[in-house]
Amino acid sequence: MLLIPCPFCGKRNESEFIYGGPVGADRPDPNAATDQEWVEYLTVMPNPLGPVQENWWHARGCGDWFTIWRDTRTHDIVEAPDGTK
Amino acid sequence: MAQSNRRAAGGRIDRNQPLRFTFNGNSYEGFEGDTLASALLANGVRVTARSFKYHRPRGIMGHGPEEPATLVELDGEDASGNRPATTVPLREGLNARSVNCWPSPEFDLGGVNQLFARFIPAGFYYKTFKWPNWHLFEPSIRMAAGLAAAPFKPPSKGHFEARYAHAEVLIAGAGPAGLKAALDAARAGKRVFLADEGTEAGGSLLNRNLTISGRPAMDWVADAVAELHGMQNVTHLQNATVWAYREHNLLIVNERAPEQGSILERSWRVRAAEVVLATGATERAMVFGGNDRPGVMLASSVQAYVNRWAVNVGTRVALFTNNNSAYAVAADLAAAGIIVTAILDSREHIPKEALDLVPGLPVHPATVAAGMFGHKRVRAVLAAPLSGGASKWIKCDVLAHSGGWNPTVHLWSQSRSTLQFDEDLAAFVPDQAVQPCRAVGAAAGDLTLDRIIDGGEDSAYGIEPLWRVDVPGQRGKAFLDIQNDVTVSDVHLALREGYDNVEHVKRYTTGGMGIDQGKTGNINIIGTVALQKGLPLQEVGTTTFRSPYTPVSFGAIGGLREGWGLFPYRHTPVTQWNKDNGAVMYEAGARWRRPGYFPKSGEGLQDAVSRECRAVREGVSVYDGSPLGTFELKGRDVPRFLDFIYSNIMSNLKPGEGRYGLMLSEDGLILDDGVAFRLDEHRWLISTSTGHADAVNQHMEKLLQTEFPDWQVMITTVTSQWNNATICGPKAREVMQALDTDIDLSPQSFPFMSFREGAVAGLPARVVRVSFTGELSFEINVAPRHMAELWDKVMEAGAPFEILPVGSESSHVLRVEKGFLSLGHEVDGTVDAYDLGMGWVMSKKKSDYLGKRSIELRRSGGGKRHELVGILPVDPNQKIPEGAPLTPGGRKEATEGLVTACVWSVVNDHWVGLALLENGHARQGETAHVRLKKNVIPVTVTKPVFHDPEGKLLRS
Repeated sequence: MLLIPCPFCGKRNESEFIYGGPVGADRPDPNAATDQEWVEYLTVMPNPLGPVQENWWHARGCGDWFTIWRDTRTHDIVEAPDGTK
Repeated sequence: MAQSNRRAAGGRIDRNQPLRFTFNGNSYEGFEGDTLASALLANGVRVTARSFKYHRPRGIMGHGPEEPATLVELDGEDASGNRPATTVPLREGLNARSVNCWPSPEFDLGGVNQLFARFIPAGFYYKTFKWPNWHLFEPSIRMAAGLAAAPFKPPSKGHFEARYAHAEVLIAGAGPAGLKAALDAARAGKRVFLADEGTEAGGSLLNRNLTISGRPAMDWVADAVAELHGMQNVTHLQNATVWAYREHNLLIVNERAPEQGSILERSWRVRAAEVVLATGATERAMVFGGNDRPGVMLASSVQAYVNRWAVNVGTRVALFTNNNSAYAVAADLAAAGIIVTAILDSREHIPKEALDLVPGLPVHPATVAAGMFGHKRVRAVLAAPLSGGASKWIKCDVLAHSGGWNPTVHLWSQSRSTLQFDEDLAAFVPDQAVQPCRAVGAAAGDLTLDRIIDGGEDSAYGIEPLWRVDVPGQRGKAFLDIQNDVTVSDVHLALREGYDNVEHVKRYTTGGMGIDQGKTGNINIIGTVALQKGLPLQEVGTTTFRSPYTPVSFGAIGGLREGWGLFPYRHTPVTQWNKDNGAVMYEAGARWRRPGYFPKSGEGLQDAVSRECRAVREGVSVYDGSPLGTFELKGRDVPRFLDFIYSNIMSNLKPGEGRYGLMLSEDGLILDDGVAFRLDEHRWLISTSTGHADAVNQHMEKLLQTEFPDWQVMITTVTSQWNNATICGPKAREVMQALDTDIDLSPQSFPFMSFREGAVAGLPARVVRVSFTGELSFEINVAPRHMAELWDKVMEAGAPFEILPVGSESSHVLRVEKGFLSLGHEVDGTVDAYDLGMGWVMSKKKSDYLGKRSIELRRSGGGKRHELVGILPVDPNQKIPEGAPLTPGGRKEATEGLVTACVWSVVNDHWVGLALLENGHARQGETAHVRLKKNVIPVTVTKPVFHDPEGKLLRS
């Protein structure tokens, strides 16, 4: 069980959080993007062997959505949200 | 004779506390301090098990969690299965059985399998899956190859418990290295959590006659334990196995039989700043013909039984080793008066320090064991010189063997830290840590006590690895994995058939699986693969170590989360009223308990539901709609936020007005449907389906916090802040008037899809005109503290109108009659609003909203879609099962849709249904066919509405 640094509450057990997937590309302008660009935005998600930025929701806590950088090889949280210890 | 093998004195047992126990129906006696295994050996029980596949007779081979052979099932109040006999503390009245034999291990009918051994090689199961026919063999294989069955009932007394703890230092193992680490940390004032799997502290010192600073080593242990117990900052648990090493230094500890009376096992989840693994080392087996015979035991186990449990496991012991450690065993045996008939050593040059331990004993250098004589007990070992000279039989009733020592790196490896093959130790040892963790003592490869206690030089352990005996004239099967009956030839077969990665070898042969997870044999499998492939062991690598380190009961993992406590139900304030009034209670999404229907005495489901439906359509009813997800949204940017998350426009609603809408996800799928009401300029109320409330909340919060952090929208979940009684039916307005309200109920001033605040029955209320049934409805929302009172007043005011409480069954019928959607029925991951005939809900005016682009993209390709239609069975009394497929002409071919719902419609006197049908919108009036297994049901395709198609009634 990960120990996740919530910027508001501090380090808490993973069971208090809901995973929100990796941080993908910014949403393109749907009226300007080509079909190809739109499909890639929807379907291509970062999945590196190494650090990945991902969204977490402190659902059973303060309700904050925030991101961390987690190393997928070791679960090491290499970068915590701003303001956390 | 009782305890014929028990020594007269010595050992860490209490001869004043005899314990009676039963094994396979026979009664025996042991002493306090015994394990089941030591007590069986004390009583001279040699055959204690039958093997997994061949049903060969087996005895006790180890003395701890490494035991591969003797698994038992415990009966009675502490019922559990597949327990290694070496880890079961003896207690009065213990009742144990061997797991894999019938009728008994001494006489086991499954033993006939040995005759067919060559027909059940490695991969046997997989091959049988393919040919000739798995189902032919399955019943007999399942019966023969079983381990213990799960107990039928949870333990009759006591309960399981879970606890969290935080530590600055967690130490796994209370042997010499662990105790020393604990003392160091505790004296430095750190918060220490020390857990050890044994019944008492000491680790390997319990089994040996060693000294520390000139005193018996166990005196040092007693002093260390006493000092630790005197410190406030130390938690010391025995009988507590650290079985899992998870992310971020979370370790899970299973404490068995804590001192508090009613607790069977306690699961500790310990988050530690630093972890010290003092898990010791495990002796590994030698691999030679007949190495599974009862009486072939690990050398350290023979030593443990003699020293710790005062059991002479044999009278004439031969040893077989490739390292120095077995010489200390021989010395202890000789000192105990046991005859050592031979020490077979595969090494040509035996170090002097080893020979000095065994003056006068017959040592045979460069000699291996190449076979065992004796079926149910060992009688002699075949000593074969490696030089190729004549082999000879040497008498013995126990063969003690040592293939070397493996640092117990399970937890280290579970933490994802790396291993390195150490050529000097011929073993995998800890290398790079990836979490704040270090290994100490034997777990780190420091195998001698001097080095652990004093940091002194490591005296020579002198191993020369021997992964398997390979001499001409070897007799019998040589087992790599005793528990799973995996032999050297099985591994060779796997390699020949192309399974040459060590993980594949494991899965193909099952070597290293099971209860013991190959603690004594895995390294020999790796060595055998390495020899066969001509690779160094480092390159072959190990299989992945996974938790649990030793078996853990499900009860301990679950802790107190059992029965209703596992996942509690949610109730509304009228649950009790519902039960008192005969409701059949259902679970209705998100763990809400709500009434399914209210049968009168002797009334069946269908009659009750039809009666409730009739009340809604012809009279008046009341329904508890409280579980519906509701959210209040507040802020300047709510209108544009709602326009983004709903497919239609919400921002042009005026205060007091509401609208039905669909929420789509970015990929165009329907996420939820519901209604949005504008309470005033900046306050909105939206509802979601009961089961999706949490998902919608997550969806909205994520958008607001990650995509639009500058938008001013505040979301408050108010599902449980407002409960409601929904009065529904042609006479609903009359009941509302009877309830006494200051809200003007006329359809002109309070039209459909609007919202009013006021007093109802003297209670502050929000009344909403929505309808999920197609009839005139008033949803009266009040605070939960007023709900029960409101309910009573509704029943009272409705009595003259014969108001009926109705449940979710009739709601389902009524919504099907109206063609209203139910997520999970009509809506799945393939359906969009156009398919549902709801193109009107997809705004053309908005340039962007969630899902718009994706739907356009998906629809641009054309193609046939499954579209929502109504279906009427040609025979009005023909019911259709929900989920039934529709096929062209009812033929047995690819489906063209499915029936999503089918109900008995009281207003139509007919079964009516909804279906998703290929090109359905264009096929109205045609006949389609439901294909069941044995028959075909013709149905007429209609519009998906069977009652009040213009919606006059719900607007009335």
